[in-house]
Amino acid sequence: MRRDDKGVMGDDSAGLYPADIVTYLWSRFSRYTVFLLCLLPLARLFALGLGHGLGVNPIEFVTRSLGTWTLSLLLITLAITPLRRLTGDGRWLRYRRMLGLFAFSYGVLHLTAYLWLDQFFDWMAIFKDLYKRPFITAGMAALLMLAPLALTSNDRSVRVLKRNWLRLHRLVYPAAICGVLHYYWLVKQDVTLPVIYAAVLAVLLGVRLWWRRQKQATKKAG
Amino acid sequence: MAADSTPRILPTEITPERVYERRREFLTGSLALALCAALPARAALPAWKKTTVGGGQTANSWREITSYNNFYEFGTDKEDPAKNAGSLRTRPWTVSVEGECLKPRVWDIDALTRAFPLEERIYRMRCVEGWSMVIPWLGFPLAELIRQAQPTGKARYVEFITLHDAKQMPGQRWPALDWPYVEGLRLDEATHPLTLMSVGLYGRELPNQNGAPIRLVVPWKYGFKSGKSIVKIRFVERQPISAWMAAAPREYGFYSNVNPDVDHPRWSQARERRIGEFFKRKTELFNGYSDQVARLYAGMDLKKYF
Repeated sequence: MRRDDKGVMGDDSAGLYPADIVTYLWSRFSRYTVFLLCLLPLARLFALGLGHGLGVNPIEFVTRSLGTWTLSLLLITLAITPLRRLTGDGRWLRYRRMLGLFAFSYGVLHLTAYLWLDQFFDWMAIFKDLYKRPFITAGMAALLMLAPLALTSNDRSVRVLKRNWLRLHRLVYPAAICGVLHYYWLVKQDVTLPVIYAAVLAVLLGVRLWWRRQKQATKKAG
Repeated sequence: MAADSTPRILPTEITPERVYERRREFLTGSLALALCAALPARAALPAWKKTTVGGGQTANSWREITSYNNFYEFGTDKEDPAKNAGSLRTRPWTVSVEGECLKPRVWDIDALTRAFPLEERIYRMRCVEGWSMVIPWLGFPLAELIRQAQPTGKARYVEFITLHDAKQMPGQRWPALDWPYVEGLRLDEATHPLTLMSVGLYGRELPNQNGAPIRLVVPWKYGFKSGKSIVKIRFVERQPISAWMAAAPREYGFYSNVNPDVDHPRWSQARERRIGEFFKRKTELFNGYSDQVARLYAGMDLKKYF
């Protein structure tokens, strides 16, 4: 357990207020809560499937839903660092790895739905898609870039790779850009939703660039 | 004789207590009935000929056909039209037949429905997005309406215009397409015996989300060519620019014939998923209506005229 997980009980057990108990419980169980929350979209698909709620084109419904959740979770993962900076609260970091792994998992399910349910492993058609259709290429590229990040998400890799770990994990930025492009290019006409995703991503990447420039400016000044 | 002075009430005249206590329900019930009777009765469809074309195919269910629609006037999700099309008023409704013709006429929808014998036709419907259905339409050949209008020698194309009223069609508040929705056919395509003006589905009036009260059905072209909720049919000299051509000229051509060998720039058209089926099936040239329509395009480069 990292130090930020200790919560209030370890520091000062003399005065115990209800607020402290809430803080303590949250610090103990928030990760489980986030874990279960991340499983909800998948549980929803199962529930809808059992109750015939997936509409008349269930394969499309499932593929789309898994795709949207991949992208949403990826953006939520990318929001952790800005949230930590803005709130000055390091505890946000506790969820980042899990969120990233969930984003990747949903992405793998999304790809599986495409390969299996949509194309039924017709590799000729799949390869044709890959090289002829920019939206398929972008989606596949995004997932391929996320794969090494998922593989090196364990503590051991962090230790072994040292500075390179950070460098490697910057792949998440181009992956997210490819993910949004994938969505934008696939939509037939009404691009409202892809544009919303693009705007959120632009903000998340924009603040990083802004902070980087500020840091460089202060370095120069100092 | 005191007992005789009180009026005699037969036991059968006494309202039983159980009924008496439900008197309010009775009142609201009769009120509702009276209201129903007062509403303008929706004219039922006249008699029609049973399946004249396409018999033997298994049609998709009513639920499938009426809950999964592309009708951007009511929203861009497939479920939106079924949810939002309730605001469309299909009576009174007129269809104006105009332009290069000798007998232009503004048709009342009920007169139009009765003017030509209705028949059932079970057609395949292939959407440009890669899915398809089999639909038992009810309608009359557009050719009959065109014959009545007597197009002039200048009429080379027919333009179909959908209702433009954002109050009834909430999707039009948003420029998803350049409203109103416009579609077009060459005159020989429009007069082809397969081209249908549909007013019904499964023997009932068209539900709003399927293009009530009257829509075009061109079974060998991608679904979007079949304009819905039509208010104007115009004979024109020059090739109309359809709503989709205006939105993305590189992706949607005037002809838009179903063709497995001409891909949409962003996705393949080689196969399709028939709604209700698990495996995809191969898409057929002209959606399987080659025998009837291929001659319309003899000598044309279908890749160029997509």
